[in-house]
Amino acid sequence: MNVRDILKTAAVFFGWRSVFVIFTLLALRPVTAADAAASAPIPDTLPQRMAACTACHGDHGEGAADSRFFPRLAGKPASYLARQLHYFQSGQRRYAPMQYITKPLSPAYMREMAEYFSVQQVPYKSSPVPTLPTAVLQRGEQIVMQGNPSAKLPACQSCHGKQLTGVEPNIPGLVGLPYDYVSSQLGSWRTGTRASAAPDCMAQIANRLSPDDITAVSAWLASRQPPADTHAQVAGSVNPPLACGVLGAKGDGA
Amino acid sequence: MMKWPRRLFFLLVLLVLVAALVLWLCRDLAEPLPAAMRSIGASTLKDPGLIARGEYLATAGDCRVCHTVPGGQPYAGGRSVVTPFGDIASPNITPDNATGIGQWRFEDFWRALHSGIGRDGKLLYPAFSYTAFTKVSADDALAIFAYLRSLPPVNQPSGRLNLRFPYSLRDVLIGWRLLYFREGQYAADPDQSAQWNRGAYLVQGLGHCNECHDARNALGAVADRSMLSGGEMPAQNWYAPDLSTRRNGGLQGWSRADIVDLLKTGQSRRGAAFGPMAEVVTESTQHLTDDDLQAIAVYLQSLPARAVAAAPDEAFHDKALFDQGEKIYAQQCASCHRQDGSGVAGIYPPLDRNASVTEPVGVNATRVVLLGGFSPGTAANPRPYSMPPFAQQLSDAEVSAVVSYIRQAWSNHASAVQERDVGKYRTTPVD
Repeated sequence: MNVRDILKTAAVFFGWRSVFVIFTLLALRPVTAADAAASAPIPDTLPQRMAACTACHGDHGEGAADSRFFPRLAGKPASYLARQLHYFQSGQRRYAPMQYITKPLSPAYMREMAEYFSVQQVPYKSSPVPTLPTAVLQRGEQIVMQGNPSAKLPACQSCHGKQLTGVEPNIPGLVGLPYDYVSSQLGSWRTGTRASAAPDCMAQIANRLSPDDITAVSAWLASRQPPADTHAQVAGSVNPPLACGVLGAKGDGA
Repeated sequence: MMKWPRRLFFLLVLLVLVAALVLWLCRDLAEPLPAAMRSIGASTLKDPGLIARGEYLATAGDCRVCHTVPGGQPYAGGRSVVTPFGDIASPNITPDNATGIGQWRFEDFWRALHSGIGRDGKLLYPAFSYTAFTKVSADDALAIFAYLRSLPPVNQPSGRLNLRFPYSLRDVLIGWRLLYFREGQYAADPDQSAQWNRGAYLVQGLGHCNECHDARNALGAVADRSMLSGGEMPAQNWYAPDLSTRRNGGLQGWSRADIVDLLKTGQSRRGAAFGPMAEVVTESTQHLTDDDLQAIAVYLQSLPARAVAAAPDEAFHDKALFDQGEKIYAQQCASCHRQDGSGVAGIYPPLDRNASVTEPVGVNATRVVLLGGFSPGTAANPRPYSMPPFAQQLSDAEVSAVVSYIRQAWSNHASAVQERDVGKYRTTPVD
């Protein structure tokens, strides 16, 4: 007995009108939001595939400013992001959740993710900054913008760009990063849980910063409003004051 | 008056026995190599066909994963194998004369692989799974040796062992080997098909599946060899499930195609590979031929379905926990794994009847909820979907509720997971 037979039989007993009404009622039965979510088709999109990434970094890599930690990825140079994924995978950069997540991925897939986040344009969100004396923030600003010659410390700006929005292809922007993230990264470079290709200029810089400097720099960066144009500067537009394994002479890639 | 001569006699007998035991323990432990395989010429080792076969077999044995430090030169060693007895750094097995196997003859390689004895005569620690590799045929061993000899030599001294006393004394291995090591190549079962025997050979030998998929005793030995009955992975904190067709925690309901799919693509209709198995799939099993994967599946499906261990009743009836878990499941999990735990074919694994969900400990489901992660990237599934980590979002109590729920919902029947255990797994190292 097929569906048509069943319908005909029902129609004989109840009349076609009743069958129509019953079907309409069935079709219009209340559908709860949970029902809908639990049966919705899974879209074949990169963000859907990358749910493991976007849970912390946001659908567009906007970061989770209120988490105080998970950094923004949107707009960072693709090469930089792909390199970091590779570093996590090889253990050169150590953070257990990222090491676990990157472990089973191919270089091509990681590159695709990096490209995705690099072209996202989403508004910046500000993250909480610890309450610190104005003098500390001023000290942070001074290091970022001018460096500290007595400690042989170049200005952050000299590599990360005039507006601190990064430089293609390998230098990340520093704007819009949470205080906890920046300070923990500088700490990681000091302890070797984050490293880059030798010579590792960021490791040298982090070791020339005092713990107070790290607080000052991280707080000032986190408190700063992003500039109007947040794109990374073009390749070759900076002269790195230190030799860096990941950069050429003009910061345009090794 | 007869007492002293009699005592002397017994003492002498005892001395002779002890001397015999010492001699026996110190004998050359290695089984001799088949005559035809001695003095292998250099030209044989350069045979491209043999080298290619060796590469395939080395892949089937997943040799590179342990013998390569992450991000390092392949086969140059240095990866630390973490065990409850301490860390064992894998040696360099590239053909470097000073630091690798450049000076090895095939006999040396055979002694290591088949007998667990190093070139210098030292007993090898069974972190190198010679308890399984002893089953590898001499022909296959030769092919692997030829492949390793064809690699570019890398000068990289092998790392130091970092074992605790008394495990740091190699001679304790004499006793361990007596108890747990049976040397001998795989002997085909004449009552089974060639396909079954090929599968058994791969699973028990090169694949060394039982090294994870069986319980280890206090001395780190898999006491009941080749049973594949599932076991906790010490130090790594994962559970390698029972590979028999057992209900709740085994491969009940898995077809031969499901097993092949998981090994080939990283996922199947019944479940996905993650944790240490993800690496096994990406580095080893996805590269195996369909014939070999079919053979493995045929062998695994023939394993007797083991009885389900009865869990204590109080591990189940906690309605408040179940209800809380059900709520969290509907909010956080159901959009992908579906309300009925059936998953989405080819994308998200089912949780109902999933061996990794119902394994006896609950560590797998707990850690997957905490860590999230991607299915392994394979040639068949290069852009896998993923699961968000919930470590930053759910408390220990919430994780315990939702994991307990999925372990008991639908047709699953496994014990609840305690809140205190969730906290423990948050700090487990990744590698």
